Amino acid sequence: MTTVLERVRSGREAAGERWRGAPRWVRWALLVAVIAFFYALPNKEFYQYLGPIPTPGANFTQVLFTVSIYVLLAVGLNIVVGFAGLLDLGYFGFFAVGAYTVAVLTSPSSNLKTLWPWLLVVPLAIGLTMLSGVMLGTPTLRLRGDYLAIVTLGFAEMIRIAAVSSEFLKGQRGFNQIPHPPGKYADGKPFFGVLDARPYYWLVLTLIILVVIGVRNLTHSRVGRAWISIREDEDAAQLMGVPTFKFKLWAFASGAAIAGLAGALFAGKQNFVNSQNFELLNSIIILAAVIFGGSGNIVGAIVGGGLVAYMIERFRGIELFGVELYEYRFLIFGLVLVVMMIFRPEGLIPNRRRAAEFKDRRKEVIVGE
Amino acid sequence: MLLEIDDVSLLYGRIQALHGISLTVAEGEIVALIGANGAGKSTTMRAISGIRPIATGSIRFEGEDISKLRADLRVRRGLCQAPEGRGIFPGMSVLENLDMGAYTRRDRAGIAEDLARVLDLFPRLAERRKQAGGTLSGGEQQMLAVGRALMSRPKLLLLDEPSMGLAPMLIQQIFDIIKEINEQGTTVLLVEQNAQQALARAHRAYVLETGKIVKTGTGAELLHDPAVKEAYLGVA
Repeated sequence: MTTVLERVRSGREAAGERWRGAPRWVRWALLVAVIAFFYALPNKEFYQYLGPIPTPGANFTQVLFTVSIYVLLAVGLNIVVGFAGLLDLGYFGFFAVGAYTVAVLTSPSSNLKTLWPWLLVVPLAIGLTMLSGVMLGTPTLRLRGDYLAIVTLGFAEMIRIAAVSSEFLKGQRGFNQIPHPPGKYADGKPFFGVLDARPYYWLVLTLIILVVIGVRNLTHSRVGRAWISIREDEDAAQLMGVPTFKFKLWAFASGAAIAGLAGALFAGKQNFVNSQNFELLNSIIILAAVIFGGSGNIVGAIVGGGLVAYMIERFRGIELFGVELYEYRFLIFGLVLVVMMIFRPEGLIPNRRRAAEFKDRRKEVIVGE
Repeated sequence: MLLEIDDVSLLYGRIQALHGISLTVAEGEIVALIGANGAGKSTTMRAISGIRPIATGSIRFEGEDISKLRADLRVRRGLCQAPEGRGIFPGMSVLENLDMGAYTRRDRAGIAEDLARVLDLFPRLAERRKQAGGTLSGGEQQMLAVGRALMSRPKLLLLDEPSMGLAPMLIQQIFDIIKEINEQGTTVLLVEQNAQQALARAHRAYVLETGKIVKTGTGAELLHDPAVKEAYLGVA
């Protein structure tokens, strides 16, 4: 057992070494190939040759859209949890704020009757989500550790309950006829229609790439160094002159902004938003996805978010001994997580730094015993 | 006076950890703060660096009251602490740790100069510059913590138990380095359990007992003080 694990580990390390040692053009070529693959993926002409990858029980293109939204959310939550080390259990709450901002300002069923176009509301949704992040963060980020987790959990529940019971937010009836993103084909048919999910997926994919570039630049800057130092040792960070509160708030607000963007995209695609879209479970799934993939690593967050969202959908339509596996998806998901945390607590594709922190903590535990 | 602490009290919840402490540090000095476990030495350091808010009294740095100033702003004024024990960033390499020490600075040339100086002071760190901080030995981590604090080019360097958990030879070495740092122009306030070494090198020292200062004098005076000898130097 151990030897197998060791071999897997050394194999993966070797792969990592080869990746880092490869010439620049090889890495670029691979990256371009991967991106091209994902752009091509929702086309039936392409995915029908991919064997077991397309989902049997659901429209694969729709699934891809859902997966892409989860990936975007995972990239955003990774800033908060992975880089700054703040445990946010209510991240989906920000997603809800983004989606509802769009719904309230664009839908004809809204009391406001503003009926603004989707594109105009997107920056507003992002801004408002960011603001809600700052409002939530200002009193709570002065506290440390577990408090934040509880407060964020409460925040997400507050948003959900407000959505369920407030007359203004329409509860289960929800908002309909939320406008789609703009754009027309040459023949006058809208680019973002009802039936074809591909354009939405491409839009989210493009935004993911842009967000990842932005986040990457941020993490290689002074801001990123400050976040990492806070995660590793908040007292020491402050003793080095890092304004910790300010940077924690920044991480929180940037993460929230990305969730707001995801919410706005979701609302524009679904055309309909109601209170059932924002269960607490979603927050947990995204957090699990980030940790599963390797928190603190952008690639890890992407892989984690993608795999987790895809795995859950993949169970649809599979029968085993007469039971539909989809019914047991969370059982299986939970099992995978438990096994994962035992054998690889740092995630699938960990940050090298993060792996060192884990070793350090383990050493501390041993010393303490 | 570079640092003046006047009648400072500090509370941990309902427990009073410091009872009206007053001390001063003049420019160019090495001042030692000695005392037993739990006497309030590290707490005094935390109060000075701003990690813990004080309840009463005042802390003045270069004549200005910094009692209410945030910790990171105190660093910008030139007051930097090397935290006790494992206060380094375990996932960052030695160089990245040192780089964090210079976080408040933007003068690249000066930073490079100080980096060379720190690596010169601690050749062990130079050998391990690419290694993650968490994988260093206890002594090396201690050196890294001191070196990192130096990278901010502080006017006052606060050292919390620099000799903790080190082998005797290393203790000797780290105190020699502290002396050297001081001779190069940095004022040092030092908290130590190893009273012998600290008093031998300090210009002045304070003895702390259960949150109060009970004795003060030059390092040499205290080193020969019978009560101090009995309590802290292990000689009857």
